[in-house]
Amino acid sequence: MIVNNEKDCILDIRNLHVWYRTYGGFAEVLDGVNLMVKKGEKVGLVGEAGCGKTTTMRSVLRILPENAVVPKGEILFHGQDILKMKSQEINKVRTQGISMIFQEPSAALNPVFTIGTQMFDVIRYSGSGKAKSKDEIKELAVKAIREVYIPDPERILKSYPGQLSGGMKQRVCIAMAIVTDRELLIADEPGTSLDVTIQDQVHRLLRGLVEKKGMSLIMITHSLGVAREMTDRIYVMYAGSIVETAETKVLFKDPMHPYTLGLLESVPRLTGGGMAEGIYGRIPNYLSPPQGCRFHPRCRLAAERCFEEKPPLMDVGEGHYVACFWVQGVI
Amino acid sequence: MNSITAAAEETILRVQNLKTYFPVGKSGGTPLFVKAVDGVNLTVKKGEIMGLVGESGSGKSTLAYTVMGIYSPTEGSIIFKGQDISVPSSRRSLSVKKDLQIVFQDPGSSLNPRQSVRQILELPLRVHRIVDRKNIEEKVVELLRMVELPPHYMYKSPVSMGGGERQMISIARALATNPQFVILDEPTSALDVSIQAKIINMLLKLQEKKELTYLFITHDLSLMRNIATRVTIMYLGKICETAPTEEFFRSPLHPYTRMLLSSIPVVSEEEEELKPKKVVSTGEIPSPVNVPPGCSFHLRCPERREVCMEVDPWMVEAEPGHFVRCHLYS
Ligand SMILES: Nc1ncnc2c1ncn2[C@@H]1O[C@H](COP(=O)(O)OP(=O)(O)OP(=O)(O)O)[C@@H](O)[C@H]1O
Ligand SMILES: Nc1ncnc2c1ncn2[C@@H]1O[C@H](COP(=O)(O)OP(=O)(O)OP(=O)(O)O)[C@@H](O)[C@H]1O
Ligand SMILES: [Mg+2]
Ligand SMILES: [Mg+2]
Repeated sequence: MIVNNEKDCILDIRNLHVWYRTYGGFAEVLDGVNLMVKKGEKVGLVGEAGCGKTTTMRSVLRILPENAVVPKGEILFHGQDILKMKSQEINKVRTQGISMIFQEPSAALNPVFTIGTQMFDVIRYSGSGKAKSKDEIKELAVKAIREVYIPDPERILKSYPGQLSGGMKQRVCIAMAIVTDRELLIADEPGTSLDVTIQDQVHRLLRGLVEKKGMSLIMITHSLGVAREMTDRIYVMYAGSIVETAETKVLFKDPMHPYTLGLLESVPRLTGGGMAEGIYGRIPNYLSPPQGCRFHPRCRLAAERCFEEKPPLMDVGEGHYVACFWVQGVI
Repeated sequence: MNSITAAAEETILRVQNLKTYFPVGKSGGTPLFVKAVDGVNLTVKKGEIMGLVGESGSGKSTLAYTVMGIYSPTEGSIIFKGQDISVPSSRRSLSVKKDLQIVFQDPGSSLNPRQSVRQILELPLRVHRIVDRKNIEEKVVELLRMVELPPHYMYKSPVSMGGGERQMISIARALATNPQFVILDEPTSALDVSIQAKIINMLLKLQEKKELTYLFITHDLSLMRNIATRVTIMYLGKICETAPTEEFFRSPLHPYTRMLLSSIPVVSEEEEELKPKKVVSTGEIPSPVNVPPGCSFHLRCPERREVCMEVDPWMVEAEPGHFVRCHLYS
């Protein structure tokens, strides 16, 4: 278990379980997620497609789909459980505490309203919009668009999303997420639809803004390279739980969980050396996930204990936690 | 003269001054065009893996579709195995169609969701009479085995499969006709690294076994480093650099190539050291409807000079086999 004795911890997800109701029964997707973000920290959440990254972050904002249930767990934002908040309180978190950049910029922007209309609304409904005149609101919006390096903010405010390129839309989404002060920004794979040079621009921009404003960042990505460049600490997720977390430098110097190793080996290297095999097997069916360690059917090192018992996250030193009996030497 | 004929012998595909423009309305009476492919010269040798890399919208898929005959070229020629095939697909011979296949960028939309895998794989077998009617099922099973899927997958529908498996089916379909040349349009971009590794390994095995030639379209230079024999970079409808892989990564010449290389997120210090010094990328990709005069990259180029804003550079051979289109070298 990660011990939280940090006073400056702003988000603390504890033992979070999320299931989806489906025709075939409950899909038990999240299986006890533990994740913590400190003030000013840039955290990466990495894992294969379908491992539950977006589900985790949607739970934080309480915007899960209708068919989701949360049978267990806590999400503490400044010590207060988001899952137990009344609608007024959670609205305050959404408009003042945490903002999110979604995976698909086109899904986040409404095509029938101008960028201006949408940005003004964001400002109006946040705390910082209170008692502000129209001009003041517009000034804030213009400033935010400048901050994401788009020239000619006045024109952008009058544009509809369809009139902007993919890269511009992505930056407009960032501008909307930072137009009012928040403590935590959640970015779900921003830039995956862009090419590396534009992606690089978007990432540098995000990092700069987060540092300048003293915000915390959760960066969701399935690219280990992106996580390495963007974050201070990484959480590696497999099939609904965190299997390893460490400071970014430590994780790349000394990765331990067999899943993390498998992911790292699969990345083609700029130094060459040919292609790796890829991790054997695939993400489980969540309707009947494997008992014990959910990774065991794909693990080269799995032993009997792994079939029966779920390994807890344990400290192996330097704030490096690994959930694996083999690494813990207790197999 | 002799060496030229020898080189020509091993060339399987030669694209010359190829242009594919799309009309996109008018502005004040003059018709406007997206110059998606704008004067491309490219040769692919038999048995090689040519990596075609470029950012979104640079015209990679359009080039592929034009070679396949899905789009008609506005200008230029396509020579495949010595035969001019610069005509629409409907006027190409059956044998050209058999030898030239493509795996589409988006496996989701290129497979008919109302068909079973069996129906999808049967069609090319029937059209090209690859096997007798009575042996078709056997051949379908063989194709599935080739992409490492069990026989019962023939009864599945593509919608019930994951992205990786759908991509395997697209590959099986492309290989059903025993082609010689396969265009792979970003076959793994939408997938995780682990599935990507599996698909790439399979493609490499098949290439060796069946002596295939690949034109491999991708965004991913690290991937090309590991599998391509040569790499070509495309920007706004034009080729800006081509070189053998080793040489390409050892001494990238075009400023855009260096910008691409320096922007790649990598996972180790050793790779970090290989990257050219950070070239900060600024500026937007100009719209392909309104390509600026001079070099199309000049708006974003850190090494821009006066001439770049006025004169479009031409291709020069900076080192043997290493071609670059930039005023720095001409
Ligand atoms: N509304 C839903 N109903 C049923 N299952 C769902 C629902 N939403 C997500 N899932 C399933 O939950 C699992 C986790 O999905 P999630 O979107 O959280 O993954 P992710 O890690 O964000 O993946 P990606 O990298 O593809 O974005 C997947 O198997 C997905 O199919
Ligand atoms: N049928 C079409 N009609 C009009 N414009 C088109 C058409 N197809 C492509 N284009 C335009 O041509 C340009 C090149 O597109 P293309 O799809 O070839 O790019 P690409 O390099 O494959 O990009 P990506 O990496 O995103 O797949 C783009 O500006 C695109 O909008
Ligand atoms: Mg997601
Ligand atoms: Mg394409």
